Amino acid sequence: MSFSHDDVQRLIKLLDSSHFDELHLEAEGIKLTLRRNGVSSAAPATASPAPVPAVSTSPAAAPPAHAAAPAATATPASDPTLIEIRAPMLGTFYGAPKPGADPFIAIGARVSTDSAVGIIEVMKLMNSISAGVEGVLVEVLVRDGDLVEFEQVLMRVRPVLAS
Amino acid sequence: MSNAEHMIGDGPIRRVLVANRGEIAVRIIRTLKKLGIESVLAVSAADRNTLGARLADRAVCIGPARATDSYLQIGTLIEAARGVGAQAIHPGYGFLSERAAFAAACEANDVIFIGPTSAQIERVGDKLEARRCAEEAGVPIAPGGPVDSLSAALTLAETIGYPVLIKAVGGGGGRGLKRANTPEELSALFDMASSEALAAFGDGRVFVECFVTQGRHVEVQILGDGENIIHLGDRDCSVQRRYQKLIEEAPAPSLDEKMRRDLHAAAVRFSKHIGYRSLGTVEFLVDMARQRFYFLEMNARIQVEHPVTEQITGLDLVAEQIAVAQGKRLRLTQADVRLTGHAIECRINAEDPVHDFRPAPGRITDAHFPVRDGLRVDTHIESGAMISPYYDSMIAKVIATGQTREEARHLLLSSLADVRVDGVLNNIALHRAVLATPEFTAGGFDTGFLGRFLASPDAAAFIQPVQGKR
Repeated sequence: MSFSHDDVQRLIKLLDSSHFDELHLEAEGIKLTLRRNGVSSAAPATASPAPVPAVSTSPAAAPPAHAAAPAATATPASDPTLIEIRAPMLGTFYGAPKPGADPFIAIGARVSTDSAVGIIEVMKLMNSISAGVEGVLVEVLVRDGDLVEFEQVLMRVRPVLAS
Repeated sequence: MSNAEHMIGDGPIRRVLVANRGEIAVRIIRTLKKLGIESVLAVSAADRNTLGARLADRAVCIGPARATDSYLQIGTLIEAARGVGAQAIHPGYGFLSERAAFAAACEANDVIFIGPTSAQIERVGDKLEARRCAEEAGVPIAPGGPVDSLSAALTLAETIGYPVLIKAVGGGGGRGLKRANTPEELSALFDMASSEALAAFGDGRVFVECFVTQGRHVEVQILGDGENIIHLGDRDCSVQRRYQKLIEEAPAPSLDEKMRRDLHAAAVRFSKHIGYRSLGTVEFLVDMARQRFYFLEMNARIQVEHPVTEQITGLDLVAEQIAVAQGKRLRLTQADVRLTGHAIECRINAEDPVHDFRPAPGRITDAHFPVRDGLRVDTHIESGAMISPYYDSMIAKVIATGQTREEARHLLLSSLADVRVDGVLNNIALHRAVLATPEFTAGGFDTGFLGRFLASPDAAAFIQPVQGKR
């Protein structure tokens, strides 16, 4: 079995359109590993097939639910002074009250503990997500329509020190 | 991969959300891999770093550790399946596997439920309805029936004779059972049984059934596609403690061959009657004194003890279950099913033998299972793994297969001596002691066997506190 450049291109497209982050292929005379964004520090393809942890201990590194969302990936080296807003449940995330509307909260805006920052839909039930923290919104790590997991980091906020 | 397995992978199901945990999640993922179907494991926050989460192509965290907030959340699981693009959900056993509402939610949301239809789950989940189905199908049921008051219960008990069992209509798997030996006991227990049933199953209805003093628990594995039903032989699960199975084997030993055929035929008749589609088990109580059997219940899911059947049939039951869920007709006829050899399974649990076998969760510092011909270990445990207090206390299922029952028993005994599970208390010593008894060696005992053994001086040795353990 031989692989042409086109075959590999097709596989890359296949991975890209899937919800998965990695593709391992082993066939006669070939071992191929494709990894989305090259973010993983996993062993090279020739290593033994030790499974890569599918779930990170740090929810911050949870893979994005939908493909081709480079902007939505967590910044690996994030500012430790920032505080996180995490998903209280698994569901589909929306950052605005309805399609086309302005987001609940824009980057740079102030949030207070009970500010609504998004919606998580579970079986057509819209759950309003409040910030739970006070500060200024610095980054949003998920996009509209993303499946977010329980405790996945949605946003980061720079705390405002009490004066 | 064989051609047959290629064919199972060929259908609408390309990606499966596994809505379970522990050893059965690992078991299901292994078959999905073999079939070339992608696996996504739904995990609670407590299960993020488990073997199943690593083996699956992907894991999604569905909620906090408590099962009611994660593994029992129907909406969240459906949302997760759709969010990850899974066409089907495998419910495993326990949790939502026999909740008609879960299967119905799958049906309503175009997700394939790898199991029977919601209507079938509902029918067999209602013990009275199941009894009625059995009756209609000409399958013997234990004398008894529904009762809506104490006076009705007393009258019925008088007719069928004491002792009797009070059973919850919504119960099953040994839950919601009370034994009454006299009218006084029945009077004392009746209201309690009813309110307990209401609290536990949301259904206060109870029924009274004749208690078989000397009964064996024999069950028949069936597989159906809605039209064709075949059986995959029987299992004996008479080694029980408080109706919880501890050791299972296939085939059931020392069973009259005519009765065995009758049991198989009854299970197929029952399943045909309800047009059963999927993998299921019809449980019977074999009355040893009267040499008769009665329908107990049907389990509409894969069972914990399914490996012993796989060992003597050479079939992958999860693969067959998925094939049916793919919408395929049965690939096997009854004549294709060949039963060879004998298999025995021990359920290794983290429990405290000194304190009435209560669950003993904790971290397993070191786990080792021997590798031998004929030995199979189904587990999610590795060194460092947690037996979480939130879920069942199962560590592993150790299954030995031999040409004969004696061969399997010897292999299991010698293998258990080499199983090492450090860090938590466990029941390995109990298993070894039970397997070595003359009664187990002979086979064909009733469900009272383990209770008698535990009460005997032979059991004292390992019910004593264990040194050097937590």
